[in-house]
Amino acid sequence: MAFYVVQFLTGLASAASLFLVASGLSIIFGVTRIVNFAHGAFYMIGAYIAFTLTERLSGACGFWGAIVIAAFAVALIGVIVEMVLLRRIYHAPELFQLLATFGLTLMVEDLVVLIWGPDDLVGRRAPGFKGAIDFFGQNIPSYDLFLIVLSPVVLGILWLLFQRTRWGVLVRAATQDRDMVAALGVNQKWLFTSVFAVGVFLAALGGALQIPRDAVHHAMDLRIIVEVFVVVVIGGLGSIVGAFVAAVLVSELNAFGILIFPKISIILVFLVMAVVLIVRPWGLFGKPEAAARKTPGLTVNPWRPLTSNERLAALAALVIAATLPLFAGNYVLTVGSEIAIFVIFAVSLHFLMSVGGLASFGHAAYFGLGAYGVAFLAKIAGLPMIVCLLLGPLLGCMGAAVFGFFAVQLSGVYFAMLTLAFAQIVWSIAFQWVSVTGGDNGILGVWPSSWAASPGHFYWLALGVAALVTVALRAMVFSPFGYALRATRDSPLRSEAVGINAKRIQWTAFVIAGTTAGIGGALFAYLKGSVFPDNLGISLSVDALVMVLLGGVETVSGAVIGAIVYKALNIWLVSQTDLSKLVLGGFIVLIVVVFPKGIVGTLEMLAQRRRKTSPPGSPLLAKPIESVE
Amino acid sequence: MSVAPPLLAVEGLSKSYGGIHAVRGVSFSLRSGEILALIGPNGAGKSTCFDMLNGQNKPDTGHVRLLGEEITGKKPREIWRLGVGRTFQITATFATMTVRENVQVALISHGKQLFNLFGSAPNFDRGEAGRLLELVGMGGYADRPCGELAYGDLKRLELAVALANEPKLLLMDEPTAGMAPRERVELMRLTAQIAREKSIGVLFTEHDMDVVFEHADRIIVLNRGTLIAEGSPAEVRSNPQVQAVYLGDGLLYDAGHGASA
Repeated sequence: MAFYVVQFLTGLASAASLFLVASGLSIIFGVTRIVNFAHGAFYMIGAYIAFTLTERLSGACGFWGAIVIAAFAVALIGVIVEMVLLRRIYHAPELFQLLATFGLTLMVEDLVVLIWGPDDLVGRRAPGFKGAIDFFGQNIPSYDLFLIVLSPVVLGILWLLFQRTRWGVLVRAATQDRDMVAALGVNQKWLFTSVFAVGVFLAALGGALQIPRDAVHHAMDLRIIVEVFVVVVIGGLGSIVGAFVAAVLVSELNAFGILIFPKISIILVFLVMAVVLIVRPWGLFGKPEAAARKTPGLTVNPWRPLTSNERLAALAALVIAATLPLFAGNYVLTVGSEIAIFVIFAVSLHFLMSVGGLASFGHAAYFGLGAYGVAFLAKIAGLPMIVCLLLGPLLGCMGAAVFGFFAVQLSGVYFAMLTLAFAQIVWSIAFQWVSVTGGDNGILGVWPSSWAASPGHFYWLALGVAALVTVALRAMVFSPFGYALRATRDSPLRSEAVGINAKRIQWTAFVIAGTTAGIGGALFAYLKGSVFPDNLGISLSVDALVMVLLGGVETVSGAVIGAIVYKALNIWLVSQTDLSKLVLGGFIVLIVVVFPKGIVGTLEMLAQRRRKTSPPGSPLLAKPIESVE
Repeated sequence: MSVAPPLLAVEGLSKSYGGIHAVRGVSFSLRSGEILALIGPNGAGKSTCFDMLNGQNKPDTGHVRLLGEEITGKKPREIWRLGVGRTFQITATFATMTVRENVQVALISHGKQLFNLFGSAPNFDRGEAGRLLELVGMGGYADRPCGELAYGDLKRLELAVALANEPKLLLMDEPTAGMAPRERVELMRLTAQIAREKSIGVLFTEHDMDVVFEHADRIIVLNRGTLIAEGSPAEVRSNPQVQAVYLGDGLLYDAGHGASA
């Protein structure tokens, strides 16, 4: 019995940091409507700075002072980020905000390694809370008891802040209707900045307070942010009480989940989240979202199928690409195969994101599932390559069918958070379930059959499949289903009013995209000869997002170009620098702020501008603007 | 007294929010080819009433029947499948698609081809889409992106979309809101003409009395959730209660008045 009580108290203690970070995220979202992916990064910086300060400042005052100073310092960094970056993108589409803050996260990951080194740092114990308290023969660290008391205290302070201060009233008003608050003469800029500062302060405090419990390391940002997303999805984004209750719930589920499913404890959290989403899609304490704010697109070019000349051009490009094995060496061909595979991956996400308006932040899950599917079939069942390639992607298909069913119940930022959380769950399973997946060691020796073994032959296979997949998905854009999918994206209200079951259409699109990604993953397994948990990791999901963004979200097939350019650049970059995340993150931020239309979108715009200036014909008679794809 | 059930029969429809009775025991019916206006001052319960007919909102009590079939509490998309077209107070269209594609989406749905993955949508029922657009006077705009259209043209487009499933009943929520006076008359004339030709029943809410009295065959008047009058335009115009509601008799907010009559 005592054991369970202690387990329960440990859960409560872990909830403290989770609550601090989640409440910060919620407060920022409430006012600015930005889901700050970089929140985990601020949590991590808080921990690192606090570590450095607690090492320098001695005594009890030094320790506690260091924690507070660290939180303030990070809040200041937050203010700078808000003023320099976020102010430029408050009116950008949601997706761009998510990506910009994600880019920031990537940059921070490399920066902390640069400053503090790659090793785990073990911090000091908290003065005054060094010992443990005996509870019927079980030990409870006294610092845990301190944390257990802390969260309700913080909750109380936040409540007072929002109910009793002028600033709190403004924040609550802005959460309801920020335009109205601006119309009443409140300086919105500083309101947003101060809210961001408070949110970041809470995150950094959460990070700093973790030092006595856990080592500080450079991957703690992603771990916390995924848990925080789960917390806000369960508790309801924008609700501080919700963040508190859900943080406790999730922490307890983790604490007891380990006892029930020691290998895959995360399953329990997932099940609870699934139930909450079915019963209350907007979270336990959240409010149903008002009709989603429609972000006006960047262009209104209607999409159209390729003309016969453009088809010929695309075919010519394919033929030229197919001649590569005639003159290129093995390394180039392997790179070529990898690029072709990433074209498959990118177009599959593009289909979901651009056509369906559903920005998945965890698309790599289905890519990786396809890869694992092949590995299982090839290694365990010993099936030949052709059969594996055909059946392997079905694992991606099944994963997409299960997760997609829940994900399409939500939209916008919730959809993004949920897909990310799902991907992380799949990753954890691949990582933890060592007996089946090999864990971190992966599954090795997935080699292609002899007919596809040479780099040239494999390249042709990858290129052929990529071409087939691109053509098929493009055909789907202009199929009745494609029209229906675009309809659900453009106006949920109208599509329902013309008899379209939007959720089923979107679910189908999710499964199609997931299966296609699985095809890419299946080929990838054979290309590398192995599969690892990284094949379904977050960084791969982000790669896909960047490829789509780089090509142009609002184009029909921009992702093809985006994938080729990005992957080539990426492979080159990794060979040139150790700080690839820093460069990549900076690159993402740069695209979002200066180059939001992507390569193909920008080309289209330029062509359109040239066409508009040349013939002075009547604009009324102008045909829909043609695109250059 | 025909034996066949009326096109639309509404019986004892009620809905309250907290202590407020937004709609209380409203009953009326509508025949095929008839144009019925639902009017009333702001807050009378028109929109609530309307949303319960089209499935946006579920009534607390009461029944809505379409040709005798119970449609109370069905989803909007199910009601659409039974032959009810809709236009919105604030237009809802597919902004990134062309005018023709907007109509084609409705035709695809009507033809149950929504899950057809490999057909050609640009050629789907192109002729029928063109005919519908001609019908509402939008034939020349078929290839224009919908996001470029003027508001009045969007309203016409919505009408074409609403007609795509060969509806028996059209529900139009403030069809002329936000339009210039001349456009209003034109749109309602067009609607009335189509409704009579195809024998479609039309129920619309409207604030513009000129439009109402010129085009409605019959008018029902809501005030504070209850039906206070029903009849031909002439009857409604001369009804003292309606006059009191619209012109004011100083008793509008007296709880006992009107509702108990």
